[in-house]
Amino acid sequence: MTKREKAQIMDSDDIARAITRIAHQILERNRGASDLILVGIRTRGAPLAERIAKSMESIEGSEIPVGILDITLYRDDLQLVSKQPVVGKTDIPAGVDGKVVVLIDDVLFTGRTIRAAMDEIMDFGRPKGMQLAVLIDRGHREVPIRADYVGKNVPTSAKEIISVALKEHDGADKVSVEELVQ
Amino acid sequence: MKFERKDLLGLEELSRGEIEFILETAGSFVEISERPIKKVPVLRGLTVVNLFSEPSTRTRISFELAEKRLSADTVNITASSSSVVKGETLKDTAKNIEAMNIDMLVVRHNAPGAPHYLADVLHCPVINAGDGPHEHPTQALLDLLTVKQKRGTFEGLNVTIIGDILHSRVARSDIWGFTKLGAAVTVCGPPTLIPPDIESTGVTVSYDLEEVIPRSDILMLLRIQTERLKECFFPSIREYSDFFGLDSAKLERAKPDVLIMHPGPLNRGVEITPEVADGPRSVILDQVRYGLAVRMAVLYLLSGGELKSEDSD
Repeated sequence: MTKREKAQIMDSDDIARAITRIAHQILERNRGASDLILVGIRTRGAPLAERIAKSMESIEGSEIPVGILDITLYRDDLQLVSKQPVVGKTDIPAGVDGKVVVLIDDVLFTGRTIRAAMDEIMDFGRPKGMQLAVLIDRGHREVPIRADYVGKNVPTSAKEIISVALKEHDGADKVSVEELVQ
Repeated sequence: MKFERKDLLGLEELSRGEIEFILETAGSFVEISERPIKKVPVLRGLTVVNLFSEPSTRTRISFELAEKRLSADTVNITASSSSVVKGETLKDTAKNIEAMNIDMLVVRHNAPGAPHYLADVLHCPVINAGDGPHEHPTQALLDLLTVKQKRGTFEGLNVTIIGDILHSRVARSDIWGFTKLGAAVTVCGPPTLIPPDIESTGVTVSYDLEEVIPRSDILMLLRIQTERLKECFFPSIREYSDFFGLDSAKLERAKPDVLIMHPGPLNRGVEITPEVADGPRSVILDQVRYGLAVRMAVLYLLSGGELKSEDSD
């Protein structure tokens, strides 16, 4: 089985514009950047969080703390997979008590990753609030979770694959829809 | 990369890639013990049994804490309080424990190969927590992680292991681990405590500590294990200490960034003086801290179970 690209849905300019808009929306909704922590979910949420923070910093002029979360140990399917997935490092700066944590991920799909991320953040303390920003919302939720900030809504069939490529990991910025072919 | 083994029995059979993968994974577990809530739900619902037939504080507590911080349920069995004293065989004990649907067994035994034997007769993963003088894989892995965290690389490092090499499972596992990762290992001690064929593992032998100290990047002291020294291997503890104990005077000739390591428990004043053990170059307590992360990583990697479905995101 190989993957075949069906359509490109975002290029690097589209991604940059979505990030700028999300940065503005986060600041508008929270009336500034005080008490905010951005937490990127590994792997591709981490560079997105860095980019959104940078954009917010250029708007607001103050530094935004950024953390990285690896949710592997909180996954609900570890008893189902054959061998254990690779665990990356988690790094949450300072405490989350009394802060507003904005979780950031590339694609929102079943919502299970976000469920795991919320559980993990709760083990770091008691944030004042949690919000969710994603680059792509592709639907097909399996748990009651929705995003507060969305780069692009992409209706998909469950069989399609949304592939997000980011410069930091993949050399170029691009979002495309792929499908498996025999 | 995925870790494909059912058990962790020793470093001799592990490849360099497998060792590096365990260290990489362990690096991610260090931070969990620094969280306000030092617990992750990854082994929820799994039962781990620690079967220890030899005394142990560090290793047993380290394993137990690692299991608890991964949310596993744990049971500790010591030989003196089990049916072993009534004459039950190791196999029967283990089979009976497994019949209670346990998910993993951590075993320390005075007989070399006991964990390997249990790994054959049991379906669940078995972790060797020290088998006689044979291997102590998690100790070597934590030694490797400590050096990796402090130095970043193993290439070009001179590691000197000092003391009772003959009876030391730590030395054996460390020799496999450090040489596989590219470090040069020297063993140093009285001739009576150096196994005659030890060069075949790729190490250099020295009988003169003063001579090896200046070129060593790591000085790993081993405990003089009086419980294993039934015969006379050296004239007196004091003479051993004069020749092979590390004190401030001998340390003056060492590289300024040398790391002092010791698997514990310390015999202060025998193989190491208190000033050296508590001094700025000692990473002995870092070893203990990283030991927890290594054991969490090993428990996590072996908990994968049988193939049930394809991995998905």
